[in-house]
Amino acid sequence: MASNQATCDGSLSLIDFQIAANDFAEKWKKFNSAYPEWLWIDCSNRLGFAAHGVIDGYLSLQNVFIRRSLEEERDEGGCNDDEEPFDNATLSTSDDGDQYHFHVVYSPSYRVPVLYFHVQNTDGQPLNLDEIKTNLPTKSAKVLLESKWTFITQQEHPYLNRPWYMLHPCGTSEWMKLLLVGVDNSMATNGTERYMISWFSVVGQVFGLKLPFEMLKSIG
Amino acid sequence: MERGGKEAQQYVWDGAIPLQIHLHDSEVTTLPPPAPALILAPRIGYLPLLSPQLKPFFSGALPPGVDTVWFDYKGLPLKWYIPTGVLFDLLCAEPERPWNLTVHFRGYPGNVLIPCDGEDSVKWSYINSLKEAAYIIHGSSKNVMNMSQPDQIDLWRSVMNGKLETYNRISSKLKLGIVRDDFSAKLNPSSSKIQHSVDETEATAAPKASRIPVRLYICNVDEDFDDFEEELHFDSWDQISYINRPVEINGEEFYPNSSNTIKAEFKNEPGIEAEEESKTGIIEGTSIESVESQSLSGQPVIKLVRIQGIEPKSEIPFSWVVKNLMNPDYFLHICLYIKAPKPLDS
Repeated sequence: MASNQATCDGSLSLIDFQIAANDFAEKWKKFNSAYPEWLWIDCSNRLGFAAHGVIDGYLSLQNVFIRRSLEEERDEGGCNDDEEPFDNATLSTSDDGDQYHFHVVYSPSYRVPVLYFHVQNTDGQPLNLDEIKTNLPTKSAKVLLESKWTFITQQEHPYLNRPWYMLHPCGTSEWMKLLLVGVDNSMATNGTERYMISWFSVVGQVFGLKLPFEMLKSIG
Repeated sequence: MERGGKEAQQYVWDGAIPLQIHLHDSEVTTLPPPAPALILAPRIGYLPLLSPQLKPFFSGALPPGVDTVWFDYKGLPLKWYIPTGVLFDLLCAEPERPWNLTVHFRGYPGNVLIPCDGEDSVKWSYINSLKEAAYIIHGSSKNVMNMSQPDQIDLWRSVMNGKLETYNRISSKLKLGIVRDDFSAKLNPSSSKIQHSVDETEATAAPKASRIPVRLYICNVDEDFDDFEEELHFDSWDQISYINRPVEINGEEFYPNSSNTIKAEFKNEPGIEAEEESKTGIIEGTSIESVESQSLSGQPVIKLVRIQGIEPKSEIPFSWVVKNLMNPDYFLHICLYIKAPKPLDS
């Protein structure tokens, strides 16, 4: 059962995360079909047995090709129409962009979702942090990264035993609280679904990924 | 561990692992090759912090180039941000003394290990863990973030150099006291009055329903692993499951015992109902029948629990374990060897 917690303190329980993640993946598939789908990667069996009631896993979006922004696009900046979601990230349908993998992993410590990502160039070489930052498509991305609330660090992926980059979760509940403030409590049942979409509408901007208007509209 | 008060914590801080460190063959340029270095590594410390001590042993033998230090144990690259004692407890089922490790100064495996640029990286990782622990305990990392620069530096130095008194002085300002520990008071009736008032102060800083920072390192062993003489070889970290998840305990007056807490934790059950738990003894499968019945019923069997090199008796209250065996990052690091149950017949 979805709780009201999400709208109160900016955090999310594990169970609500799974509900919200599922909902997010479904809506993405429906409204964002130009992108690959988000898949739930189940890890409940990793101890060699499925302990009863355990939810263990993460959301994965693989093989998103994002073409590097050209100088002119970067300088343009400014606000973009919500009806044209792909303005900032030039989504490439062929293989000629940097290849991104995004994983959304729940943090039991901070009680929020965390975005992990991995990027490699067209030659299959992983990019380092400076290269990644330079290639981020928008001015707003850089602003986000300079804030104390969203910064990129390299950490070990909680499931894959490999270094991945992540957006550090320590500020997430703070800005989620602000984002969700003023939500009518009578729409409490919507709180959980609203959470992931709201969350991604912020973190996706780091990479120039904007959610389609219909998707934002679906949460009221 | 029969003592209360600060003695247990001092014992943990004094703990060290004797290491015998060999330079990797590929990096030896002298004949004869350099002798291995014998070093005592603090349990609560981290391997990269040993590199200033190690370099003099090997610098004459190294090929030209820039040094980036990393270690391996029987070919397994060691995660440098895990405390040395935890690595030892986890990877050496039968404790090896001295512990034979290989050091490398070149060829850092960046696809497997996150980068380490020496002391600064280790310090950042430590402070980051401390912030996470503070967030778990208080719902906010502000206490840690608002530490003065001198305090932060002194705290880190006290961890690096094993200065418990300095550490306690500075860390007490963070008010991260988690649970009241009346068990220690019972063990030391003469000092209980003082101990109790100290614990009162700590307890008022923490909420009644507490979250405890815990990191579990779980290794699956197969059926025949009863004799620790059998070597358990780790080819990759994929054989170990890392669970970084806080334990929730409810109420100040309640002292769940360690075995039930740990068991419930990795089964992801919130809250502990220790008194109701049957005494079939999941810990250290006391009899063949109980072990087998556990497997057949789909329950995993815990073969080994190690915290700070100690296998705690299951009767010890979890609150005592947390208070005395936690690392300087305020996390309790627990190594578990479990035997997965046989799959149930459908």
